[in-house]
Amino acid sequence: MSATLGKDLVGLEPLSREQIQLILDTAEPFKEVSERAIKKVPALRGKTIVNLFFEASTRTRISFEFAEKRLSADTVNVAVAASSVSKGETLVDTARNLEAMRIDMVVIRHGASGAAQFLGQRIRSNVINAGDGKHEHPTQGLLDMLTLRDRFGRLEGLKVAICGDILHSRVARSNIWGLTKLGAQVGVCGPATLLPRNVHELGVTILPRIEDAIQWADALNVLRLQLERMESGFLPSLREYNRVFGVTKERLARAPKDLLILHPGPMNRGVEIDSDVADGPHSVILPQVTNGVAVRMAVLYLLAGGSPDWANPGGGGE
Amino acid sequence: MDDRALARTLARMATEIVERANGTEGLVLVGIQRRGVELASRIRGLVGQSEGATIPWGKLDITLYRDDLQTVGPRPVVGETSLPDLDGKTVAIVDDVLYTGRTVRAALDECSDFGRPRRILLCVLIDRGGRELPIQADIVGKKVTAGPGDRVDVLVSELDGRDAVELVRA
Repeated sequence: MSATLGKDLVGLEPLSREQIQLILDTAEPFKEVSERAIKKVPALRGKTIVNLFFEASTRTRISFEFAEKRLSADTVNVAVAASSVSKGETLVDTARNLEAMRIDMVVIRHGASGAAQFLGQRIRSNVINAGDGKHEHPTQGLLDMLTLRDRFGRLEGLKVAICGDILHSRVARSNIWGLTKLGAQVGVCGPATLLPRNVHELGVTILPRIEDAIQWADALNVLRLQLERMESGFLPSLREYNRVFGVTKERLARAPKDLLILHPGPMNRGVEIDSDVADGPHSVILPQVTNGVAVRMAVLYLLAGGSPDWANPGGGGE
Repeated sequence: MDDRALARTLARMATEIVERANGTEGLVLVGIQRRGVELASRIRGLVGQSEGATIPWGKLDITLYRDDLQTVGPRPVVGETSLPDLDGKTVAIVDDVLYTGRTVRAALDECSDFGRPRRILLCVLIDRGGRELPIQADIVGKKVTAGPGDRVDVLVSELDGRDAVELVRA
């Protein structure tokens, strides 16, 4: 395997098929590390990682933190409300100050699309995007793909319908880039107001009704409906959304086959997904969370290496 | 070393392991990825035949315990690790070639993260000298003297299509 990842992970769009495959394949052995009694390997011993979260996050931040700690890295969490960012410091100043304390990697979540790339171009540390605005959330896309690959044994030819607010979703975008690069077919399903205008240019199938998605797909990735969208006029009401687009047991009963159900969390039960489905036999929502740690360990491991053009010493037997 | 010589050597190593472990009670074989895994699997078959016992065994990938991870690039591929219970067991670590000893150092560290074996034995098919750490094997298939530029290739039919050990001089 000769693919490398480069310095940063900004999104899945700039990655090649081989690079995505490398991350997914590297995640496999890392799953086992989390099953050990002593959940720790020394691979990133001595590396310092800052988790710089400008937006609220529980699952992603904890998942990154577990991944970092299980690789023996030293981690610092910077929550924005309590930092100088709230005093008006710019993103680059914050990062440069952190870098002056000799850190090795930054995991960043930011409300502005492109924040991770912007930062990566300006500091020497590795930068990992943990979600930037409406752009990408690459590790979520990767963990969704790993979960699909676990269950189906392949991604090539698989039909995955992403349902909900595609317009505002970085999870949708990372899934679309990643899945299409690996040969899966992607469908999008949601209210017309929540589909990007040129979504067909991404090579996806538009499924106007949730019933169409259920007929078409092998797996549904049900996105969280962000409640603030309703206030800004994209949706009439949550009940209405559930009635028209909710993934319910009754709707799934009419599917030609059992559909795998994914959800990036946090769920609005009774809005985009019913409890029967979320807790049902075909839901992989919790395995997604487990895979999230393995995928993030793989990304950290692959990015934290020495310079990729250094010779690989040693050889057979050692 | 051709396939028949390799088979004889493995048979002797299998016998020696059982001898050193005082039987098969509490014996666990652990192969180091990748060729150590194939060798451990064969030794397990041989011990099974001669002793009529099923020996628990596992695979160990030491990549994440390497002492050169800070400097090597591109990142080495991480293989599968799957180990049975090691607590209180006699663990025989099996590898193809013993050279600097760094792989074994990593394997010892990794094993101790999985449990506390009563005893660990090191079994290698080829000891080529050139140690950089104070580590030695308990059971050796064959000793060869190889210089720093020389290569010792252990070939196993499962991965390489044939069984052989070849010394390639620099």
